[in-house]
Amino acid sequence: MVEVNLWSGLRKFTDGAEIVEVEGKTVGQVLDALIATHPGLGPVIEAGISVAVDGEVITGGRQTPVGEDSEVFLMQQIKGG
Amino acid sequence: MSKIHVQATVNGDSVEFLADPRETLLDCLRDHLDLTGAKEGCGTGDCGACSVMLNGRLVSSCLVLGVEAEGAEISTIEGMADGNELHPLQRKFIEHAALQCGFCTPGFLVAAKALLEKNPDPSESEIRFWLAGNLCRCTGYDKIVRAVQDAAAEMRGAA
Amino acid sequence: MAKDEISGKEFKWIGTTPDRPDGLDKVTGRARYGADFNLPNMLYAAVVRSPHAHARIVKIDASKALALKGVKAVVTRADLPTGLTGEDLYLQENTLAGEKALYDGHAVAAVAATSQLLAHDAAQLIEVEYEVLPHVTDVDKAMAKDAPVILPGCADHSVPEGSAPNVARMIEFGRGDLAAGYAEADLVREGHYTTEATHQGYIEPHAAVGQMGSDGKGEMWVCTQGQWYIRKMCSAVLGTDPAQLRVTPSEIGGGFGGKTTIFMEPLPLALSKKAGGRPVKLVMSRAEVLRATGPTASASMDVKMGMKRDGTITGAEVNFRMQGGPFPGASPVGEALSCAFACYDIANLNHVGWEVLANRPKCAAYRAPGSPMAAYAVESLVDELCRELDLDPIEVRLKNGVKEGVRASYGPKFKKIGLAETLEAAKAHPNYAAPLGPNQGRGVASGFWFNHGGETSVSLAVSEDGTAQVSVGTPDIGGSRASIALMAAETLGIAYENVRVNIVETGALGVNEPTHGSRATFASGKAMWEAAQGAIKEMCKRAAQKWDIDPEAVTWKDGAAWPAGDNAGKFEPLSIKEIAGEMGKTGGPISGHHESTPSGAGPSFGTHVVDVEVDPETGRVTVLRYLVTQDAGRAIHPQYVEGQYQGGAAQGIGWALNEGYIYGEDGRLQNTVFLDYRVPVASDLPMIDTVIVEVPNPGHPFGVRGVGETGITPPLPAIANAIHAATGARLRALPMNPPAVLAAIKAKG
Repeated sequence: MVEVNLWSGLRKFTDGAEIVEVEGKTVGQVLDALIATHPGLGPVIEAGISVAVDGEVITGGRQTPVGEDSEVFLMQQIKGG
Repeated sequence: MSKIHVQATVNGDSVEFLADPRETLLDCLRDHLDLTGAKEGCGTGDCGACSVMLNGRLVSSCLVLGVEAEGAEISTIEGMADGNELHPLQRKFIEHAALQCGFCTPGFLVAAKALLEKNPDPSESEIRFWLAGNLCRCTGYDKIVRAVQDAAAEMRGAA
Repeated sequence: MAKDEISGKEFKWIGTTPDRPDGLDKVTGRARYGADFNLPNMLYAAVVRSPHAHARIVKIDASKALALKGVKAVVTRADLPTGLTGEDLYLQENTLAGEKALYDGHAVAAVAATSQLLAHDAAQLIEVEYEVLPHVTDVDKAMAKDAPVILPGCADHSVPEGSAPNVARMIEFGRGDLAAGYAEADLVREGHYTTEATHQGYIEPHAAVGQMGSDGKGEMWVCTQGQWYIRKMCSAVLGTDPAQLRVTPSEIGGGFGGKTTIFMEPLPLALSKKAGGRPVKLVMSRAEVLRATGPTASASMDVKMGMKRDGTITGAEVNFRMQGGPFPGASPVGEALSCAFACYDIANLNHVGWEVLANRPKCAAYRAPGSPMAAYAVESLVDELCRELDLDPIEVRLKNGVKEGVRASYGPKFKKIGLAETLEAAKAHPNYAAPLGPNQGRGVASGFWFNHGGETSVSLAVSEDGTAQVSVGTPDIGGSRASIALMAAETLGIAYENVRVNIVETGALGVNEPTHGSRATFASGKAMWEAAQGAIKEMCKRAAQKWDIDPEAVTWKDGAAWPAGDNAGKFEPLSIKEIAGEMGKTGGPISGHHESTPSGAGPSFGTHVVDVEVDPETGRVTVLRYLVTQDAGRAIHPQYVEGQYQGGAAQGIGWALNEGYIYGEDGRLQNTVFLDYRVPVASDLPMIDTVIVEVPNPGHPFGVRGVGETGITPPLPAIANAIHAATGARLRALPMNPPAVLAAIKAKG
């Protein structure tokens, strides 16, 4: 299981939990599992978010591997000038 | 509105064009003479990107009507280098990285050349106030001022 | 000669400062920008814009305009497809107003004619009947429950029930126990701060020539930070197929984020399609740029922090409200929250942000979007705490500053970063010890930007004579052709002059995100390096064939293939020139390409120190000395790194002291020319001193961090802190222009 850290605005979709455990070996699998277990997160994730894995902000890599002990954060999507 | 025939000298060449009385000198240079080196950044004389010399005077060509150029001597950025021999200001702007996007550069070069013709040894403050009519949004002016100082020093040495 | 701390190798090209490859074109007036492009049989366009901040469009009558000889087409919203949703719909609404005009300057119709003057005449003949509606332009007033409703149903899932009707988004995150944090503190302070909207202020107005036939195939020449974004967004707005639109970027006269999206760009295409496929040119005026492109948000911000007597920050929270114009998703409030405490290691934190709609233009990115406002609020309050506790501002930042392994305020742990190094560099710089006179004061602030990788495609082709051509999709705004050429020369082992970097059109390469997020030298440079590895591998293979040895036994060094060791055999090295000279006979052309969305951008931190003098009679602030220290990871071309630092500082100084959108009671923008929207001029500024700190980024083959954005962040609070040091007056609203400073001095008594 991978622990995913959510921002607190998302707690209402996860019965109040800020950390959710899901199965997944890649960023894509983790996101899909999040939506499957907490369907309310679907529109948020599909609208565009950033995922940080072990301190690295992954903008486009659904295939990026995620380990059991990886630190995964969902973050607001970041734009740049 | 009928157009007016204008004859002038631009960068040493005689030119003629038909100007609508509402067109600016900048419009005429760019659209009728294909001299697109002078830029329009504001159209109100605030940014200096359209700087050219008109009868020996530095002007914002967006504030001059094309028809006013009748019989005038005009020089633009396109006439600044002597063939492949760049003017020292042009060389120093490249050497000092005094341009980033480069859009304001023609106006700065024309204005800086006019300064050095009047004052071959300007202080930093004189350079900054002379160039206060030219806006640059990329560089913070530091490298532009240094390039002008360096070009002035070289030109004084060469003279 | 710079040394690669990662490989221990000495660099030949990286860290040198050769002339930029596009320098000659740019000092001779030859470089072609957006408005410099013309085509045969071209028409000229003009746009009709709403003079009202909020109005129902009752009727548009273009008959008088169309009756003019030489007027070829008029487009209104009725000419665009329906059924769009989300951001595509907002882009379309912003291109041409639908039922309502939503801000002063909102485009309502466009016309194409045989000359520019005729197009302007025709635009004045298009009659638009409006029913004027109540409007709101102020961020706090837009948050009120009884504010005029701009876009019914704009709230997304995040907005609590019962919120005001213009609230579109609410964000909340944090950690720890704030109450416990404040209980631990010796001093708890809070402050309210506001910043006005500012514009990127690029000197080149938006310009495009577009051509589209009835078959939906089109071409466009346009000044933009991102040709693929232009392609994607124009196609969405027009309901056409992106692959059928070929977009060529011109030289770009500044962008700073403002040219990463579309404003008028679909209009020449729509007009062209209606005018039998004739090309149409559209160039914005400065007033159109200020009224109707994408300034940044205005902000109303509350900050609270607790600090121990020794300078330890024990708890902190922000509540930010930002308006991003009339559409959801445009404000940088999310970024602002994440940047707010990014410089600090604080156990107890909370962030709340609100995005609210207002009758103002649709915000676009502006250099480190959201970070300057957040820094203004937070770094001002940190300074207040330091002064009250009599602590040195640099020491407090060193004490609380983030470093490798520390959990960022926005969640994940930092990898290698260089905040402490920028603080040490500032402390060691002579400016920090320079004596100050009467009415003079010194201010310090730090800043942060994430940096970005983004979708990237690059190809590198070896020419027949052993020179190389690199095709990249990130427009060169500040010298990135030079930096990419330096990295290519280093990688291939050839001369800088033997590399040509081309910024190519959408038909020539896979998708690229724009030059944004400080990514061009990072992402296109990283992809170039990967592409070069492909070409090198192929060249090693050709040498192996010639020597009849295993390709694995060939290595690349100094621009030539070498046998990898004594076991590989004894052969004279084969230079790139020799390999390229016969590539047609040895297996065909040699090139490499790379496509990816690279991670590992590596944040860049910076610290600024500014000295100001305040005239007590007028409130005028003069910047006496300015120092930027910032982490570049690795400075590929140090002059252009310095240029980014100096330019960012200058924009930040303008934001702090002069710039700001001024809306009248009527909701109209009052400062629509550079005389009134006053950006810094040469005589406003001193030389801007720089220290390039290099803490190599492990996510890039040469250690590069993007450097474009961070520099705009610290000036806002650094100058406010300096003004306080000089006068004792604390300014909590931008801009800090002479009347505001004078009023603050007087209020202090």
